[in-house]
Amino acid sequence: MSSNPSLIESLNPTADPSVDFRARLGEVDESMRKPAMLFLVSAVFWLLAGSAFAMIAAIKSTNPDFLGLTEWLTFGRVRTAHLNAMIFGWGNNVIFAVAPWIMGRLCKARIRHTNILLIAGIFWNIAVTIGIFGILRGDMVGVEWLEMPAYVTPFVIITYALVGVWVVIAFRWRQSEHVYVSQWYILAAFFWLPWLYTIAQVMLIFEPATGVVQSLTNWWFAHNVLGLWLTPIALATAYYLIPKVLGRPIHSYYLSVIGFWALALFYNWAGVHHLIGGPVPAWVISAGTVASVMMVIPVIVTAINHHLTVVGCHKEGWASPTIRFVVFGAINYTVVSLFGSAMALRGVNEVTHFTHYTVGHAHHGVYGFFTMIMFGAVYYMMPRLLFREWRNAFLIKVHWWMCGMGIILMVAALQIGGWFQGLQMNELSEDGTAVYTFLQVVENTKPWLWLRSLSGLMLVVGHFAFAINVFWMIFSPRTQDQVTQPTLLTPTTEEA
Amino acid sequence: MKSLPLIFLGVFFTLAFSWTGIVLTTHIQMKDLTPATAELVNDKGEPIGGPTYLAEGETFLGSNTEGETAYPLRLVGEAQRGKKVYEQMGCLYCHSQQVRRKGFGADYERGWGSRQSVARDYIEQDRVMLGTMRTGPDLTNVGVRYSELWQFQHLYNPQITSPGSTMPPYPFLFEVQKVSEMRGPSVEAIAMPEAYQPDEGYEVVPTQRAKDLVAYLMNLNQEYELPEMKFTEE
Repeated sequence: MSSNPSLIESLNPTADPSVDFRARLGEVDESMRKPAMLFLVSAVFWLLAGSAFAMIAAIKSTNPDFLGLTEWLTFGRVRTAHLNAMIFGWGNNVIFAVAPWIMGRLCKARIRHTNILLIAGIFWNIAVTIGIFGILRGDMVGVEWLEMPAYVTPFVIITYALVGVWVVIAFRWRQSEHVYVSQWYILAAFFWLPWLYTIAQVMLIFEPATGVVQSLTNWWFAHNVLGLWLTPIALATAYYLIPKVLGRPIHSYYLSVIGFWALALFYNWAGVHHLIGGPVPAWVISAGTVASVMMVIPVIVTAINHHLTVVGCHKEGWASPTIRFVVFGAINYTVVSLFGSAMALRGVNEVTHFTHYTVGHAHHGVYGFFTMIMFGAVYYMMPRLLFREWRNAFLIKVHWWMCGMGIILMVAALQIGGWFQGLQMNELSEDGTAVYTFLQVVENTKPWLWLRSLSGLMLVVGHFAFAINVFWMIFSPRTQDQVTQPTLLTPTTEEA
Repeated sequence: MKSLPLIFLGVFFTLAFSWTGIVLTTHIQMKDLTPATAELVNDKGEPIGGPTYLAEGETFLGSNTEGETAYPLRLVGEAQRGKKVYEQMGCLYCHSQQVRRKGFGADYERGWGSRQSVARDYIEQDRVMLGTMRTGPDLTNVGVRYSELWQFQHLYNPQITSPGSTMPPYPFLFEVQKVSEMRGPSVEAIAMPEAYQPDEGYEVVPTQRAKDLVAYLMNLNQEYELPEMKFTEE
């Protein structure tokens, strides 16, 4: 673009080369609007439902008589309904909205035949609803992360396949010359998950393996849902949104290549750390520990890459809801992964295994990292899909502070309480007897679990603020003429 | 890195590598495990100690000792049904079923097992629930720790046996019924302290699900020795 256009040129709308680019992106947004909104609205409903299950379970953990007469809400079932609602209801729905959209934008190609995605979305949500119902009713399968009854499985596989195929098609017919790191992560995630799920279903439910091979398969599957599905999608989102909002390129292409392949290689083997000290061959436990520690490599590489992209822009970044949530999530990726590597070391694991420390770690990753990044993605995406802006910046701030502070409190409470729990469980007196009775240890965890319930309440408040803003935007009449800039959280004098 | 086939190959390889290592290899390593007596005998009937694998191959040295029971045993009947109740109540999420070795945690000192659990202990289970949380105690050997009455009381209301416990109550696994005027109290009625008893003239009896579940719990027992794992020495 010349710095001194002539008057005639300045009147020509097509003289600006970025117009074509922006028109293409607009086409992508337009094509994704219906399916993405279906997935996003579903995601918000599941977030609220999952939060309700969570609060019931959290209260029961200190007050077991709460709703104690109702079989459908017994702790073992309502806790499991919470996990499945959050992973399959909130997590997968928001992924099915965000990932194809990011892939479409990076491929600069509109997604076609989006009615198929709509059908997939309807099937998905029916399946998860039936699945959660089944869990509460008592049809739960006793395999962690695979509890939804078998009658739901075909729908799950079909939906994954449909959305995944669409992502691959978008990539195959991309109009962009360069391929960006987010596209690798999204492709990889959509390849990995259907295989993980199918193998796990076959080897655990349809033709169960013998003995502890079940446990090994279980934790290979479940940890890889975290490491090879939630993590790559969240990283893809962070890698896309941080440079996009800040208007700066990612610091290093080569670091992102190293990060991608190191994650692919090491994360795959890390799942065995759930079985440290267990009745499985010692060599496979060692392999899991080694892989868990080696994860430090891709994690630090990614942290350096993101940090050097953001450095110097903090003040501008603070104004953007997207940047607040995404960078918080990205920082927590580093922290939760380093904690995770430490937890795989035998000496640490001896204390933390079987305690609330692990629960804290799980929430740190799925919420502090994945969910916060997804919140940031929704704050960026919805205005571009609907041509509207967020109606209320105060609600965004409530969301930010409640959820940011809430998850920090939750992780701290569970990990401090869990650490003490582990130490007390193991402590022996001089004559070799346990110092604390089991009930004493339980009693000592209660204040920390009470704090966890409090933190959960903060998250619920944040989720309501988020949901209100989402529905407000959807149902508000078009206000395009009143909007001059994105909804920001601090006043700025420059146009964003 | 632009090539879809290349990315696909790398992504496929990393998953195949981990599955082969973690799942397939351990399956091959353990597929020949069968129930065993505490000692194995050679073809002359002399007892053998030590490793149960030949140096070069994977077949077992020797066979089980005549007249002795080979462990683990398979669950049948009530206990088998009871395992389903355990699964469907989500007991897995607070209770583990694996004993760690002495020196790694305090499993031994808490009386949770006379030896650590090994892979062979689980080969007869259709659903292996090792568990990952100890909100409640490990249950590997709970069958030798408590009586049936204790289990019924504890399930009906954990506060009866364990004041301050955070375990949920399972009153819906029991029925509060009128005491029969004809025959008097039922033999199955659960004795319990006065504070927890139902109204005058009523008794608490377990439903079939409760009986099945307790049968399962009473069967949880790894207090037998295997060739590869003897009871821990003091």
